[in-house]
Amino acid sequence: MSDATLQRYHRQGRRNTLLVAVLGLAALAALLLDLVTGPAGLPLAETLRALTGAEVARGTQVIVWDVRLPVACMALLVGAALALAGAEMQTVLENPLAEPFTLGVSSSAALGAAVAIVLGLTLPGLPPVWGVSGNAFLFALGALGLLQLLGRIRGGGPEVLILFGVALNFTAAALLSLLQFVASADALQQLVFWTMGSLAAAQWPGVVMIGVVLAATVPFSFRAAWKLTALRLGEDQAKSFGVDVAGLRRWTLLRVSLLAASAVSMVGVIGFVGLAGPHIARMLVGENHRVFLPASILTGALVMSLASTLSKTLVPGVLLPVGLVTSLIGLPIFFALILRGRRR
Amino acid sequence: MQGLLAQGISVRYGARSVLAGLDLPLLRPGEVTVLAGPNAAGKSTLLRAIAQLQPHGGQVLLDGRDLAHVPMRDRARLIGFMPQSLPSGSSLVALESVIAALRAGDTLGARQADAAAMAVLDKLGIGALALEPLSALSGGQRQMVSLAQAIVRDPRLLLLDEPTSALDLARQVRLLSELRRLAGEGRIVVAVLHDLALAAQWADRIVLIHGGHTHAEGAPEQVLTPQLLAQVYGVEARVERCSRGRIMVMIDGEHAAG
Ligand SMILES: Nc1ncnc2c1ncn2[C@@H]1O[C@H](COP(=O)(O)OP(=O)(O)OP(=O)(O)O)[C@@H](O)[C@H]1O
Ligand SMILES: [Mg+2]
Repeated sequence: MSDATLQRYHRQGRRNTLLVAVLGLAALAALLLDLVTGPAGLPLAETLRALTGAEVARGTQVIVWDVRLPVACMALLVGAALALAGAEMQTVLENPLAEPFTLGVSSSAALGAAVAIVLGLTLPGLPPVWGVSGNAFLFALGALGLLQLLGRIRGGGPEVLILFGVALNFTAAALLSLLQFVASADALQQLVFWTMGSLAAAQWPGVVMIGVVLAATVPFSFRAAWKLTALRLGEDQAKSFGVDVAGLRRWTLLRVSLLAASAVSMVGVIGFVGLAGPHIARMLVGENHRVFLPASILTGALVMSLASTLSKTLVPGVLLPVGLVTSLIGLPIFFALILRGRRR
Repeated sequence: MQGLLAQGISVRYGARSVLAGLDLPLLRPGEVTVLAGPNAAGKSTLLRAIAQLQPHGGQVLLDGRDLAHVPMRDRARLIGFMPQSLPSGSSLVALESVIAALRAGDTLGARQADAAAMAVLDKLGIGALALEPLSALSGGQRQMVSLAQAIVRDPRLLLLDEPTSALDLARQVRLLSELRRLAGEGRIVVAVLHDLALAAQWADRIVLIHGGHTHAEGAPEQVLTPQLLAQVYGVEARVERCSRGRIMVMIDGEHAAG
């Protein structure tokens, strides 16, 4: 009896691992699809040849390697980063509505961007093209640093953190409005475009940066998987299992901050993925964070990659802001899953 | 010194003092102790303080070791805690939640943890629920799973907050006899119970918590007296001995105000 149940449990585990693998393959396929679509109208074979390093026309080489590939990789990595950040955020804030930007990261980042665009103030020593991103990153991290500090003084449970986060959100939004009010029409347009979230400006250094942040945070996330799983049973339970909940919360928020800040500073505010990615993953594999976290990462990557493709093809000849498209493509998946009913 | 000694426990929420230097007698291994008292007397607070889940004044010694200074991980091996209310929203399956109780604070291997968790569910007679999501369980079923989470680390000290509140008659007996058995193996068992008939039947010792202090403590027949029950609960009670030396508590009504 118990052996049979254990076997069934392990079978379910293997099924979930398989699902994660399928998600990974789907994300890879989406990446390829993203690479071979674009306004330049390159033939598929030509694109693939350029990718494999075969001899192709110089123009093709540039389009594939310097335009499409960084954009496609950026989409994949940003999706992964936001969904992972969202998943961890939902767990440590014990709130299914939480997402990477719940605690004011996006409005703070936008404020930072505005300071660069409107006032022209950027970090000294940074090349000018990185001025906006640098500011956004700095402000986003600063906001979460401030939050952690406040939470620490007040003994930060999730409610306290969320309240401070909301306050921070409003403060940053108010300051942003102030800057928008004094901004020139030009700067204003630039700012609005930045806020919408776009992959168009993606370049290799940015891709590498997000890649590095992911590589640095993911191992720690996976190592905390059982602790995060235990937190789903309540704070007291997790503590009595031997989890240092305050420490877990602190380190997780630091990872989330790094992920969200680097994503938002590279591509602006992209909603939905960070909220729905984890929910989709949860509906697919359940809440054991050992599979839930990888599933979230891959779901985010998949959704974002598809969104990137669609942003190029939805309106022929126009590159839509990808932030808009994520919602358009994520929502049907999301609704389908909700309507089909929870599986577990 | 073997056993649990809690002394001078005080807890305040803001300006309100809930426990005011409460002392518990030495609770020895092998004993089942029941904490009883009116709603809001501070029973849950006391359990959480003993489990070090709650900032508190005073000292809690387990086998002579001050629990406040025991590292969190070691503490988790020493103490099993079952909370009064359980979150119902999780889609973790029951077995996973018990495995989490083993693996969250410890680096136990997967195979070992899975088997141990399954064995505990079987022992409690809820093996059939192993693969059910917690959110799909009934209140009583969830309570049994919660007990499994508390005992799976094989702790020296078991703290249970109203463990039978959602259980049917058969499950109450199963849970309490399991507690007796665990105590018999040399553990210290402390449970909050409102049902004094159950307490009388199963406890070695009853501690009445009232007014932030230990109002009375001792064997069931010493504590369950009309006078004490009137003082603590404000009820008119009759206490009678029936067959096999069992104590029956009958409540005839509330005292008039005051
Ligand atoms: N987090 C909290 N903040 C403020 N007051 C609290 C908190 N937790 C408990 N209290 C107060 O402490 C007192 C004791 O609560 P506790 O939960 O320990 O009572 P109890 O004896 O377990 O009651 P019950 O039989 O109803 O479970 C109550 O008056 C309650 O209002
Ligand atoms: Mg209580």
